[in-house]
Amino acid sequence: MAQKILLNNIDVPGLATFEVYRKLGGYSAVEKTLKSLTPDEVTAEVKKSGLRGRGGAGFPTGMKWSFIDKSTDKPRYFVCNFDESEPGTFKDRYFGTLNPHQLIEGMILGSYALGAKTSYIYIRGELFYVLQIIEKAIEEAYANGFLGKNILGTDYSLDLYCQPGGGAYICGEETALIESLEGKRGNPRIKPPFPAIVGLYDCPTVVNNVETISVLPWILNNGADAYSSIGVGNSKGTKLISACGHINKPGIYEIELGLPVEEFIYSDEYCGGILNGNKLKAVVAGGSSVPILPAELILKTAKGEPRLMSYESLAEGGFETGTMMGSGGFIVMDDTTCIVKNTLTFARFYHHESCGQCSPCREGTGWMEKILQRIEDGNGTMKDIDLLFNISKHIEGNTICPLGDAAAWPVAAAIRHFRAEFEEHVKQQKCPLSR
Amino acid sequence: MQDTKKNIAFSPETLELIGKIIRRYPEGRQKSALLPILHIAQAENDGWLSSEVMDYVASLLSIQPIEVYEVATFYTMFNLKPVGKCVIEVCQTGPCWLRGSEELVKYFEQRLGIKPGQTTADGRFTLKTVECLAACGNAPVVQVGTEYHENMSVEKAGELLDQWTSENKCSHTNPYL
Repeated sequence: MAQKILLNNIDVPGLATFEVYRKLGGYSAVEKTLKSLTPDEVTAEVKKSGLRGRGGAGFPTGMKWSFIDKSTDKPRYFVCNFDESEPGTFKDRYFGTLNPHQLIEGMILGSYALGAKTSYIYIRGELFYVLQIIEKAIEEAYANGFLGKNILGTDYSLDLYCQPGGGAYICGEETALIESLEGKRGNPRIKPPFPAIVGLYDCPTVVNNVETISVLPWILNNGADAYSSIGVGNSKGTKLISACGHINKPGIYEIELGLPVEEFIYSDEYCGGILNGNKLKAVVAGGSSVPILPAELILKTAKGEPRLMSYESLAEGGFETGTMMGSGGFIVMDDTTCIVKNTLTFARFYHHESCGQCSPCREGTGWMEKILQRIEDGNGTMKDIDLLFNISKHIEGNTICPLGDAAAWPVAAAIRHFRAEFEEHVKQQKCPLSR
Repeated sequence: MQDTKKNIAFSPETLELIGKIIRRYPEGRQKSALLPILHIAQAENDGWLSSEVMDYVASLLSIQPIEVYEVATFYTMFNLKPVGKCVIEVCQTGPCWLRGSEELVKYFEQRLGIKPGQTTADGRFTLKTVECLAACGNAPVVQVGTEYHENMSVEKAGELLDQWTSENKCSHTNPYL
């Protein structure tokens, strides 16, 4: 059995209550840490564990924390990014609903390490029912002395609050999230300065993903070495994978990093194979923004080695023949799927979600959607395919935040790997796979 | 105009809740409470934000009305025009499309006799298509107010529509209560 850090107790009835979570050993990491470790020792431990940000970027968490400016008198803030909105990703919603106290325990540990006295969980507005669950858990944590003044009799005090978003994917980008938390439009800020220096209310701030924060109690209970002994290469620990699309068992799976992709797709322990016994056509392995790969390249690298669920292996071959781990949103498509149409839904998404600040993204995402619609409807030309690729290349790298890249990559990858299917739409003047 | 303006005022209970939310942010940073308060204001104003309501919210937070308008126009959850009593939001992004969201939208269109973005003549239902609701494992997904309806099918949609019609469903409820 694979090691489980996040989902080990997920089926226990009442896990969302303080009583059950505590009975299972919950909040012991807070007890241990606040009484025996200094904040810098906590950061050192997280650094040593090799934990990387689970929101999508995969940046080393301990290193991100170490950038926080502790030289000023300004308050410091720790913020949880619960703006889960990347198509194909639904792990945080699942975890936060069923195990809110582990997230809160992680928030206390991270806040302590960073010296934050007020922390916020920013949760997408559509998930108000999850916000209600988390606010209830926060109340319980206050009532039991794990939040508020002088936690467990120490001189550390912390207030923790939830803030709902208003429906904007862009607020998952950390500087847009900070703007939104300040009650403004979610327009990303130009970096530098990074939030660790100038963040919420112009104060030093760290923003981490729900999953990243929820792993902290385990690391502090079991030690950095135990955590880094799980996984492979620079992909340490476990990862929540949200699996969806044409598979027999869609859902959330916690894997040890390094699991072969083939085993993940076909084993009954995970996805359970392709729906209706169909053939695998393609996979988007890390949320809608990462390059799509055809079956042969997701199962094996271009070198013919088995592809693994790890940051390095998924990226093997660069964008020519590889992809990215991203958020772990694993979207599986069988051989009945029209790649053009799927790409169109992604392009429509990014067009809808562009904040409008940078013209390559504001204009380009709309153009890509229009051209894809034209091709899907059978009104496209061969030139349109090149035009589409060209536009994606003019968006990529030319915007303040990564939304531009996120919009460009899926389009470029779909053409790179499935050009023949685009051409078939043009030749037949219709979608050859329309249902 | 003047009369409408006079009529907008939250109940003492709502004002107390808003006061509690404002205190979550540092002094002088009360603008941070804008998004939560707009959700409440929208729910209490039949599911949409009129300029009078937005002006009232601005006064509660001691900020300029333009600061409220620019936020309300940015975030997709805020409706700037009247909507039906029950707003049905169908996710149409990739993972939901793979599992049949288009058939679902078509079914709602036929049953309600409207297109996405429209409201039925009797004002009971508004149909919307939305982007990813982060529930792709149980696709296709429909949201009504704070409720998620997952693993949807045309059959399930039919049953829910019957139910919402018979109970005169309202999706505009204060999400904090």
